[in-house]
Amino acid sequence: MIRILVAIVAALALLALPAVADNYVLRVVTTMLMYSALAVGWNFIGGFAGYPSFATAAFFGLGAYAGGVLQTKGVPMPAAWLLAGAIVSVFAAALGRAILHLRGHYFAIASLVVAEVLREITNSATDLTGGGMGLNLPVLSADVTTQARLFYYAMLLVAAAALATTAIVAGNRLGFGLRCIQQNEDAAIMLGINTPRYKVAAFTLSAVFPGLCGGIYASWVNYIDPTDVYDVLLSVKPIIMVLLGGVGTVLGAVYGAFLFLLMEELVWRNLLQFHAGLLGIIVVCLVLFLPEGLRGAGWARKLWPWRRQAGEATP
Amino acid sequence: MLYVQVLVNGLVLGGLYSCIAVGFSLVWGVLNVINLLHGSLIILGSYAAFFAYQYLHINPFLFVPVAALLLFCLGYAIQLAFINRVMGSPVLITLTLTFGLNLLLYNLMILAFKADFRKVILSPPLGSVNFAGVIVPIDRLISMAFALALIGLLYALLRGSRIGRAIVAVRMDREAAQLMGVKVRRIYAVTFGLGAAMAGAAGSLFSVMFPISPETANALLGKAFVICVLGGLGSVPGVMVGGLTLGIIESYSALFFGPEYSVTVSFTLLILLLMFRPTGIMGRRGFQ
Repeated sequence: MIRILVAIVAALALLALPAVADNYVLRVVTTMLMYSALAVGWNFIGGFAGYPSFATAAFFGLGAYAGGVLQTKGVPMPAAWLLAGAIVSVFAAALGRAILHLRGHYFAIASLVVAEVLREITNSATDLTGGGMGLNLPVLSADVTTQARLFYYAMLLVAAAALATTAIVAGNRLGFGLRCIQQNEDAAIMLGINTPRYKVAAFTLSAVFPGLCGGIYASWVNYIDPTDVYDVLLSVKPIIMVLLGGVGTVLGAVYGAFLFLLMEELVWRNLLQFHAGLLGIIVVCLVLFLPEGLRGAGWARKLWPWRRQAGEATP
Repeated sequence: MLYVQVLVNGLVLGGLYSCIAVGFSLVWGVLNVINLLHGSLIILGSYAAFFAYQYLHINPFLFVPVAALLLFCLGYAIQLAFINRVMGSPVLITLTLTFGLNLLLYNLMILAFKADFRKVILSPPLGSVNFAGVIVPIDRLISMAFALALIGLLYALLRGSRIGRAIVAVRMDREAAQLMGVKVRRIYAVTFGLGAAMAGAAGSLFSVMFPISPETANALLGKAFVICVLGGLGSVPGVMVGGLTLGIIESYSALFFGPEYSVTVSFTLLILLLMFRPTGIMGRRGFQ
């Protein structure tokens, strides 16, 4: 009961935020929502199915470029976002068919290099994408506050959709099958689960939200370039956020994203010279001392009644 | 003639590539850990050689054993302090840990060395030799000889020495090795140290042939991946085959498609290989 109340209050607060917050806060929370969507998206393949995917950056970058190029060709903005999501889904379904029969390290590497390949291709296709010079998107004819609110609500919508999809998947056959795959894939095959189809479905779900985010991000920042949108950190940060919140929990990814970006805003922006290094130290400490995420720490458990939830693995 | 020249270039490059990848393959095979630090360790070796040449005037080729020793100590310490704590964890955990360590090392190198590109410029230059129209720079030739010698040394160590046999035993069956009295955690540390030492040695050789910067690390790591998958994980000869193959492929793809596509070509090849033959050209079990 308390959980439902908390959820309703949080949802209302997020809906009402633009009315009270200034543009800086709005921008920070928009980024938080974007990373929440990336982390919740990653959870489909990484949490439910237990496949260590590092392809988030590839999906995000492809979505950004698909949306960006479509908009420069005159497609209206919302349509470009949806098309970007669709293109990335098709791409992920095809890619998944090719690499999802790999397991462990081999899958991790194969998913990691996809972003590198796409970056090189984007760099070389200068006519379409502007290559290394980047791509300028059409500027919106709306004032700054309206734009900030527009992109805030767009990201909120994607994050909410990702969460809702997670809740649906957790309760149906797909979620059950994926949890079986995560625990023991060979046993899942023996039980008659069509593992290739389930895995491709999870991979595609883990791609569509980063793809949408990429499309919105491109319109939001108005200028994208390959090193920015195919950055490997876009693959790794969502994983760290999920680890922070606790692998396999639904809301853990969201808590992780908010906490991570809060730390980034409060601490790291004052340490520009040592930004990456501090991130590294946090990652190392997290893996060594809190492998279950903050949920595993006694004081955090008291503070918040974390509960075992859908898609969760017993460590 | 052009094709022969490109082939020779590829082979010379491939020798160095094998040396870059052999430590990575050893750690992956024995520890079952993908060491995302490997690229940065190579660059650390390069910087050590660079500064030794600039300030102490030690020839980078003679500096190879020193770089290997320094990096061995660093690798041994990293394994004992960090990676041994997560041995046997899921892939995601070990990958994330080495990624975090790599971010830290990368940032420290940027602070210490800056991101400028530097290169060891030997004076006097060694010039080049001409075999019936095929031109090979002498520094590259010596690098290749050193790289192959180092790989041979590692091979002999793994096959002939007590500790080498223990490493191979742990690779084949950890529990059985433990029952036979092998101190597995120490063997892990030695293995990671050896991997780092090979990275340091390869880095010294690399600094003579190419400009270095902390930014180069990821490209080298990517090459190590491709070579391991090409040659197949688990054997020194496999890495040799993989390294030489990648060197030749890169040289020819630079000739046909232009050098800007070399990463795309090698990674596309990697994905294709993973799809159809994930064990690589020489893949089999057992690190020998």
